[in-house]
Amino acid sequence: MADIRIALVGNPNTGKSTLFNLLTGLNQKIGNFPGITVDKKIGFSKLPNGKTAEIIDLPGTYSLYPKSKDESIVYQVLADQQNNSHPDLVVLVADASNLRRNLLLCSQVADLGLPMILVLNMTDLAKKEGIHVDINKLAERLGIQVVAMSARKNDGLDDLKTAIINTSTICTQTSSIDVNAFAPEAIAAIKEKIAVKTDYYALQILHQHEHLAFISEQKQAQIKEIKQAHGFESTKLQGEETVARYRYLSTVLKDVVADTGAAKKFKITDQLDSILTHKIWGLAIFMLILFVIFNAIFAWASYPMDMIDAGFGWLTEKGHEHLPAGLLTDLLLDGVVAGLGGIVIFIPQIAILFAFISILEDTGYMARVTFMMDKMMRKVGLSGKSVVPMIGGLACAVPSIMAARNIESWKDRMITIMVTPLVSCSARLPVYILIISLIIPEENVFGIFNMQGLALMAMYLIGIVAAVVVAWVMKFLFKAKEKSYFIMELPVYRMPRWKNVFLTVFEKSKTFIFEAGKVIIAISIILWVMASFGPGDRFENIEKKYETALADPKQDADHINTLISSEKLENSYVGILGHWIEPAIRPLGYDWKIGIALITSFAAREAFVGTMATIYSVDGGDEDTNTIRERMQASVNSKTGLPVYTFATGISIMLFYAFAMQCMSTVAIVYRETKSWKWPIIQLSYMTLMAYVAGLIAYQLLK
Amino acid sequence: MKLSQLNPGERGTIVSFTDIEMSVKLMEMGCLPGEVVEVERFAPLGDPIAIRVAGYQLCLRKSEASVIIIQ
Repeated sequence: MADIRIALVGNPNTGKSTLFNLLTGLNQKIGNFPGITVDKKIGFSKLPNGKTAEIIDLPGTYSLYPKSKDESIVYQVLADQQNNSHPDLVVLVADASNLRRNLLLCSQVADLGLPMILVLNMTDLAKKEGIHVDINKLAERLGIQVVAMSARKNDGLDDLKTAIINTSTICTQTSSIDVNAFAPEAIAAIKEKIAVKTDYYALQILHQHEHLAFISEQKQAQIKEIKQAHGFESTKLQGEETVARYRYLSTVLKDVVADTGAAKKFKITDQLDSILTHKIWGLAIFMLILFVIFNAIFAWASYPMDMIDAGFGWLTEKGHEHLPAGLLTDLLLDGVVAGLGGIVIFIPQIAILFAFISILEDTGYMARVTFMMDKMMRKVGLSGKSVVPMIGGLACAVPSIMAARNIESWKDRMITIMVTPLVSCSARLPVYILIISLIIPEENVFGIFNMQGLALMAMYLIGIVAAVVVAWVMKFLFKAKEKSYFIMELPVYRMPRWKNVFLTVFEKSKTFIFEAGKVIIAISIILWVMASFGPGDRFENIEKKYETALADPKQDADHINTLISSEKLENSYVGILGHWIEPAIRPLGYDWKIGIALITSFAAREAFVGTMATIYSVDGGDEDTNTIRERMQASVNSKTGLPVYTFATGISIMLFYAFAMQCMSTVAIVYRETKSWKWPIIQLSYMTLMAYVAGLIAYQLLK
Repeated sequence: MKLSQLNPGERGTIVSFTDIEMSVKLMEMGCLPGEVVEVERFAPLGDPIAIRVAGYQLCLRKSEASVIIIQ
């Protein structure tokens, strides 16, 4: 549908994403690059001549030689003509205030032999810093069109679009360095085997042939032979090439860049850094920011979440009133609508967390967070950037796992994703509160500390400690496929771009609804079916049993209906499953009723309370915690005649909920973020095992 | 002398690198032999460090800074 495909390429922190947003607006979508977890951002832009351009935003990189799996996609897309993202035109985005470093990548891309345009972004900032760039001279020396822009201020967009129209399909760039000198025989040998446009392309094949899918296995072997025969030392030559390119760029930039204010450039950033990364103040301010974020996703988000909850509740209720009663209506309202409600309810938390993260990233503060926290987090196998997802996990693991996207190192990101659900989220709170009220006396210790409060705090601490310990263990289990570097740019502080913040929030919410949502809807329908149907004629028999009682006007119909639901749940497939797993969970101190709750909790942990309410037949659902509590307290084991909810069972349940992956939304989002079922299954297994063992030990020691 | 031995406020000129793989990454980011580097500050826990080089600010771990030989 698009007439031309354009790839945006550039260093990190050059405003590439801002330019992408400016070009495409809301007209963007997210796709997958095979094999890596980086999102493929595609958008469409109308050109002044009426044609449509498809724009692809590639990950930021400093050179064509990838240092991580995610960066390798840049080379793959640009060098492989058969790659389905291969562009017709490259727009290289460079930071005008640091031109020399930015042009290194530019000269590499130019030598690959693709038509290209150079965008000098942030020219307004450069001018403020006293840097003047002679655009015409630069364009003449590079042999390509150069456009000065300020994407933040919407300056220069028309110029860029005009330049895109004016670009010919033939490359015009001037040759840069003498590539052939690095490995003359090997390059000649490659050119015999594979048709290449430029010497540099041949050199790149020698360096990175394994990244190119179009080269057959037979050819790959031949290339390896060529490398061996000519003693091709990849790393050493990459270094030599970099030095040669910088030397070349110094001559290109001679008399092009006039820098009159290098000294004052960093004044504000320096002053801010001396406070924001200060030994005491820096950490204190960071704690304060974390507290604000935590408070926002915990407390502020609860208002819209309550409204969404009430809204879907209202919809279900009205639906049942107005739609004809029957199986389809039940499926639609109790399966699909309830599932939808379970998805939409996450939007406020996702939106708020990503608004904060996007502001922290945009201003340059996130880089300082990594800088400050790196030493501490590295000890347990995490990165400085893992702090935000872990703290966010206290509210909800779903947005937090999405936030782990910001961690560049694959290993650090995977470990963060794997341990974040161990941090006690807000959905565990109702479970903790119910159980604590059952087994912990409401007394004060030392006069001031409430025992129940202390128990709740202990549960939260257990979650955090577990996450740290598991991360530390995983540090040894995970084999890093790539060498991990910490070297990173500390960008100058800037004001956040509200349009970027808005688009990030919008994109993340949309991605969650459409990608994780599918899995969540599917699981909620399965759970609904399992809870609403039973084998044979069990359900009809229950209805028959209560028929006479219901017809009797003297009896309370609501109460009888509650009894029916309770008995139906026991005889449904979930109930049968609960009975079936009872032998396995008996050593943990649970009966089949708790078994049912464990199964339904997979929809969401707080379903524990609702399930308990139905099983113990409390009129009025889970609002009435006091009555649930009383009935649970009174309940006795039918075999032994002893109370079910002893101190030992209670602790066992809480530990089980602290560690178990009782959340289909988290499973769905881990699948979406890791792009495979392998990781959610590993996570589900290790967490369930941990939960089981912890529950078992606690019950056996305490009973 | 290694870059990791400098204190905040001190500067030196890059001479060479002791790790070839790391040197490619560092050079790509502008840390070329001949460039002047200045240590700006240490992180609150003493590691990593922030340096100023080639007109911008970079941070790296001390272990990474130790491959940069300066004078």
